[in-house]
Formats: sequence, C-alpha cells, structure tokens
Amino acid sequence: MDNAIANTHEVHDHVSLPQHRHHFETEEQQREAGSFGMWLFLLTEIMFFGGMFFAYLLYRNWYYPAFAAASNQLNVPMGAANTAILITSGFFMALGVWAAEMRKRQFLVWMLVLTTVFGCAFIGVKYFEYKEKYELHHIPGNNFSVAMFVNPQNYPQYPDTYSEKPLAPDMAQKTQVFFFLYFAMTGMHAVHMIIGIGLLFWLTWRAHRGDFSSGYVAPIENFGLYWHFVDIVWLFLFPLLYLINRHPLN
Amino acid sequence: MAQESHSDIHSDAHDASNVTNPEHAEHHIVTPLQYCLVYVTLLVGTGITVLAAYKDMGALNPVVALFIACFKACIVILFFMHAKYQSRLIKMTIGSGFFLFLVLITMTMTDYISRAWGAW
Repeated sequence: MDNAIANTHEVHDHVSLPQHRHHFETEEQQREAGSFGMWLFLLTEIMFFGGMFFAYLLYRNWYYPAFAAASNQLNVPMGAANTAILITSGFFMALGVWAAEMRKRQFLVWMLVLTTVFGCAFIGVKYFEYKEKYELHHIPGNNFSVAMFVNPQNYPQYPDTYSEKPLAPDMAQKTQVFFFLYFAMTGMHAVHMIIGIGLLFWLTWRAHRGDFSSGYVAPIENFGLYWHFVDIVWLFLFPLLYLINRHPLN
Repeated sequence: MAQESHSDIHSDAHDASNVTNPEHAEHHIVTPLQYCLVYVTLLVGTGITVLAAYKDMGALNPVVALFIACFKACIVILFFMHAKYQSRLIKMTIGSGFFLFLVLITMTMTDYISRAWGAW
C-alpha cells in the first residue's frame, strides 16, 4: 500500500469518543471543523449587531443634537465599570480554556464560576442603569418625557445634562430614537449575556462531572469564542453610546 | 515522509490531498501569562478611552474612541479567541467575514450619501 490515503485509513481506529467521532479523519480535523462552524455563526452575529450599529450611525447623523444630549445623560462611571467587569469575565473564560487544555478539572470549574459571577455582575449593573432610565421616563413610548432635554437647567443632579443647551421640543422628541437604539443594542447584548450565563451553568456542571478534563476541550473553547464575541460587541457599544458625544460639535 | 513534513508544519508541499496534516496548524495553547498581558492591556485601553472622551478633540473624539475599540477588539480576537494560532482556513474565514461586513457598510453608505448629495 503506497497510497497515502489508504495508509492513513489503516491506522484510523473507529472510536466514538466525544473528542473524536469516527467520521473525522483526525482529532485536529474535528476540532478545526468545530472552530470553523463557530466562527461562521459569530460572523452572522457580526452582521446582526452591525445592522444596529449602522442604524445608530445614520440616525446620529440625522438628529445629531438629540443624540448628543441623550447620550450625555448615560452614566459613564457605570458603563466604564461594566466594561472592566466584562473584560474580567472574559479573562477568566480564557483561563478556563487553558485549564481545560491542561486537564485541570477543579481549576476549570473555578474559572467558569468566576466567569459566571462577573457576567451576572454585568447584568446587575445594567439593571441599575435601566432602572434610572425608567425613573427618568427615558424609555421610548407613551410615558417618554423630554423634560430633561428641553429644561436641562432643572436637573442640577445630572452635571453632564445640566451644562447642555436646551433642545427645541421637536428635536428633543428625537432623543426617543437614541433611547430606542440604546435599548435595542444594549438589550440584545444583555440577551446574549443571559443566554451565555445559562450555558455557563450547564458547562460548569459538566466540567465538575469531569467531561472536559480528559482532552475534550471543544465545548469550552467554542463557548469561549461566543463569550469573547459578546465582549467585543460591548467594547464598541460603550464608546459609541456613552463616550463619543461628550464634546458635541456646534 | 510523514516525519519530515511534520517539522515544517505550515508547508503545503507534497501534501496535495491534505493527508499528512489536514489542518496545517499546530495545536497551540496560549499561556496564562499571555492572557494576563492581554487583560492588563484591555483595562488600560478602557482607561484611556474614558480619559480621551473628556478631552475636547473636536471631530477626532469619535475617531480616537473607535480606534481604541478596534485595537482592543483585535487583541481579543488574536489572543483570547486564539485567531493568531489558528489554521489559514480559520484566519481566512475571520478575515473574509469582517471584509464582507465592511463591504455591506460601504455600499449602504454609498447609497445613502449619493441620494441627496450635500444634504447629509
């Protein structure tokens, strides 16, 4: 047998371990196919979030004064803290992938737990931010109030808004477009976080059972890709929604 | 033969049917030290982007913010997501995805800008 293909097939043992299903030639091939599929999924996610980022770009261009005023009402310390929390969560996830590669069961479980804890902390901070919007009537719809944007001088407790020039009532109405996009984008991001936290519970349980400490890393690795992708979306949401309007052009 | 081509793992030579090494990528494990460096860089980047936002740079504020965000996204993709150590197939997939995204953005922008010229 000098045929290379036939040769590899001879040594090909028909095992059915999760880390090597028999329809893959080698374990690396299976792993590669998994990563490839995961990346294709993440690319569709880029298109999905990308559409919303593009809507934000165009509407910000149309209703620039409203977008600047509404954006400056967002809470930068909370947004920055949440960025740090999410990066920390991603860092522990990355260490978790390393732990699975090194077959350290207990370390992997702890890393997944820490990833979950920081993920939940992110959602917690988000809750307080949304609650503030609710109290200020900044959720688009019938109860939306433009008071803060037509009379910013009445809100000394919000220094960023207080120093703004008042908006004309018709432009002030357009702050609803900003808040609609704010809730759509951060809301879809939060939905991804919540789905991720749900998956983390499942993965932590399986890691505890020892599923990922005998060379079968793919579920941890591919979940890691998803979790880091959600991180990346926030790395763009934070500056675009919270930061870039602090010095509006006149 | 197999031993020889294994030493030069990224070579496609004499392996037309991808038998010797179907994926052309060594399995690489990123070390915790690398992860720590990336983590610190990301935190520093977050600090810089907040500080930069409060500095009046006129039209450059959004540009600087987006530049820092892109830089942070790149190091997350390269190291946290291991793109740097993946096979060429995966690298091409990632690259082509972002390229397609840019194409879609550019074509939509072209349409938007050219409909009412000057009234942007």
